[in-house]
Amino acid sequence: MAAVKGVDLRSQFGFHTIAIVCLVVLYFPILILIIFSVNANDIVAVFSGVSTRWYEKAFYNEEFHNAAKNTLIIAVSATIGSTIFATLAAVATTRVAPWRGQNAAYMVINLPLMVPEIITAVATLSFFALLGSKLGLNFGIGNIILAHLVFCIPFAYMPIRARLETMDLTLEGAAADLYATPLKTFWHVTMPLLMPGISSGAALAFIVSFDDFTITQLVAGPGQTTLPLYIWAMIRRPMTPEINAISTILLGISILFILISFWIAQRRKA
Amino acid sequence: MVELTGLPAVEAKNVSKTFGAGPDAVVALDNVSVTIQQNEFFTLLGPSGCGKTTLLRLIAGFELPTAGSILLEGQEVAHLPPYKRMVNTVFQSYALFPHLTVAENIGFGLKMLGRRRAERDAQVEKMLRLVKMEAMRNRKVHQISGGQQQRVALARALAPHPKVLLLDEPLSALDLKLRKEMQIELKRLQHETGITFIFVTHDQEEALTMSDRIAVMSHGKILQIGTANEIYEHPVDRFVADFIGETNFIEAEVMQRIGNQGQIRLPSGLSIKHELDPIAAVGGKVTLAIRPERIDLVKPGADCQLSGKVENIVYFGTDTHFHIDLDTGGDLMVRVQNRRGFQEVLKTGDTVGLRIAPEAMQVLKD
Amino acid sequence: MATTELTAPTPGPAAPEPAPSAQLSNAQQAAVRIEDKARISRWLLTAPAFVTISIFGVLPLLIIIIYSFLKAAPYGGVVWSPSVEAYVSFLFQADIFTDELVFSPDFLQIYVRSFIFAVGTTVICLFLGFPTAYFMATRSPRQRNWWVLLITIPFWSNLLVRTLAIMFIIRDEGLLNNVLIGLGITKAPITILYTDFAIVLGLFYSFLPFMVLPLYASLEKLDFRLVEAGYDLYASRPKVLFRIIIPLSRPGIIAGCLLVFIPALGAYVTPLILGGGRHMMIGDLIAQQFGSGRNWPLGAAQALILMSAVLVALFFYVRATTGKMKHGQG
Repeated sequence: MAAVKGVDLRSQFGFHTIAIVCLVVLYFPILILIIFSVNANDIVAVFSGVSTRWYEKAFYNEEFHNAAKNTLIIAVSATIGSTIFATLAAVATTRVAPWRGQNAAYMVINLPLMVPEIITAVATLSFFALLGSKLGLNFGIGNIILAHLVFCIPFAYMPIRARLETMDLTLEGAAADLYATPLKTFWHVTMPLLMPGISSGAALAFIVSFDDFTITQLVAGPGQTTLPLYIWAMIRRPMTPEINAISTILLGISILFILISFWIAQRRKA
Repeated sequence: MVELTGLPAVEAKNVSKTFGAGPDAVVALDNVSVTIQQNEFFTLLGPSGCGKTTLLRLIAGFELPTAGSILLEGQEVAHLPPYKRMVNTVFQSYALFPHLTVAENIGFGLKMLGRRRAERDAQVEKMLRLVKMEAMRNRKVHQISGGQQQRVALARALAPHPKVLLLDEPLSALDLKLRKEMQIELKRLQHETGITFIFVTHDQEEALTMSDRIAVMSHGKILQIGTANEIYEHPVDRFVADFIGETNFIEAEVMQRIGNQGQIRLPSGLSIKHELDPIAAVGGKVTLAIRPERIDLVKPGADCQLSGKVENIVYFGTDTHFHIDLDTGGDLMVRVQNRRGFQEVLKTGDTVGLRIAPEAMQVLKD
Repeated sequence: MATTELTAPTPGPAAPEPAPSAQLSNAQQAAVRIEDKARISRWLLTAPAFVTISIFGVLPLLIIIIYSFLKAAPYGGVVWSPSVEAYVSFLFQADIFTDELVFSPDFLQIYVRSFIFAVGTTVICLFLGFPTAYFMATRSPRQRNWWVLLITIPFWSNLLVRTLAIMFIIRDEGLLNNVLIGLGITKAPITILYTDFAIVLGLFYSFLPFMVLPLYASLEKLDFRLVEAGYDLYASRPKVLFRIIIPLSRPGIIAGCLLVFIPALGAYVTPLILGGGRHMMIGDLIAQQFGSGRNWPLGAAQALILMSAVLVALFFYVRATTGKMKHGQG
């Protein structure tokens, strides 16, 4: 169909404007936050010159280090664990002849996505409190990791499953035909082809764990700070642009992983 | 060369395969038995849904038979998974590994068998030369053409030197010229390697040109097994006669029988002697199958078995098809080579006699 | 009867034909064994994920269900004696003087307000998100990729930080007021923070991408030839929009609304930062019971009431989508 210049039949009046407005609205506050993180001034809302002193201050901040360290430990552990679990579960539940527990497994795996975060948070808090008081079990930071594991699994699961669904099943048959045992088939054929999905799932799991506030806040014990919790603590105190700096760092890391995940998806399409 | 041990390469004994259960169950194979010899180019021929691919998959190990047994060189294998059978498959969709190069694809089977690096590389080289793909060895699958992919699939399946090679309609995605070339290639490869080839196709012409023996299948059963000549000249029933090449069918009546010989009366009234199946009863009807090229057109009134009027003439370059309306009802198609002869002067509407030798008439089971 | 398992197949006579009795052929035995192995391996593979979520996800939910029927302990936690006082105190408070139970609308108010906020947010997101998603879906593939990336970034960005960014702007000492005062439009700062408006603004800001992306996914698959057909049949632009485009994108609209409504209803971060404790929503109300409120059973009860509302919403979603399948395309 030849394109006729002038009237785009598919366009609707005003939609272009609304779209641009939405984009501006979404990014404006973030940009302001970032801009003011290089504010030379003490007062958060008045801009007076560019300076990186707040980043330096954060850099030498003991609390910041501690929070960053904890956040990384939790996020990396939760990512590794959830990606492995999600990969195994995806392989068993995707494109296989329906088996008896399949629906139940699928529902349970996706459950964390259905429940509002605050409910999961208080439920997890209650659970660990019970564990601590009745059984004397407290895994320290492991409590947080376990809580994160629960909601990271479905986030890792989805891209892996999506990737698996587009895979050519005859390839695994061909591998078996060529003397590969099921284990060898998984290692030499399924895994390499699944890699984009696994990477994507891992990136999502990392972001979700790294950014989590609600669940972490309710489950964390004394001394267990993560970066989002640290920022929250800083809101309660007299505010300096340091909070902007740390927020920008946090944002930067999230965006980095989003870009990575996006890039992987783009490569897959090529 | 494969050592010939005297045992059949593949034997299927009373094999049945049903998918699903209850009212929705599909019977893909119904009590099928076939023996395939070593160093044979054996073809399973039939329309879609006849069960030929299912039988192939049973031999490969991708399915287990519901009943019956499958033997490879005399050993029961039906309970063995595909990776334990010395059988390799060339898939219809090629199923090449997209994350591996051509060379890595070809060497995959040997790698899984645990062969050492040097041995693998040597064999891969040999295979690349065999299918003339040396230049492409480091290419990825998506960088080569369909025909080239097909050759890589072939090389990959041949590299581990299996006892039997299974080919599931491997040429169906190729264009005509490439197909013809590959048909010759495959035949050559089979001779050179001595590996038993089991070839699945729905193209009867392909089957006739390439095979040592053919099994014609329909609706989960094997109707006839034989050489190309046997199947073409002596089809056992209507389906086989109709599926292979073109055939004319004429109803006739059994007049008399003495043992295996009988008198059959053609619609024109003429009786001929013919061998009869024990089933054909006196007074009953039989169907005769006659190949179009076995009918001679003669002047009306001359010594002939049937007569009719020319309804349509279709010119084909190498030969001409005459569609004849029979005097006694029904019609026949006669194929005559385009050279000097009586048929040159025929026009539509002319009356003509049809001479058919008795041995050109095949009595069919139904 | 796996004792007939062949370890080394021996050449010679083939296996006996299957007898009419219960004796299974080797192949059938193998089939059964493979089925069993497959089933076990599938359970084993899903086990890590299944067990983890069951123990640390499902079990905790069961625990708070139980907690909601227990008594509150003085300094937080529960006393293991059954009681429905948590649910009772949701609607009734004991009068300080008479000890009679009097209907107290405080909690109910919060729930109703949250519901209104959630509905309002959904509507606003729909009104602004639909044109955005439609616009995105009608760009060239290359432009589309950029738009999707631009919307995806806020979608996955830290919610706390984004809410903080809003706070910075609308505070009394924030950017907006500074600009207004600086331009002379107002003399004193306009109070925006810690109002209902701030919360709805925050909710809208948080969840707009959650509406746009599902809508976009649905609109991207739209067959625009149907739109052209509409124009061909003399329909005007608005008619095409309302009669063709919107009905065809119904699944996306429903998905987007659900993806905004449920988190908005249970929002915690937004009212926490923008509500200042005075304009509470269900989320920070529940959290309060587990914190300074020291009433875990009440918090659990409140959480379950929220969960019921969510389940009702999900129920309608399932009905809306499967009902559609029964009646054919809208």
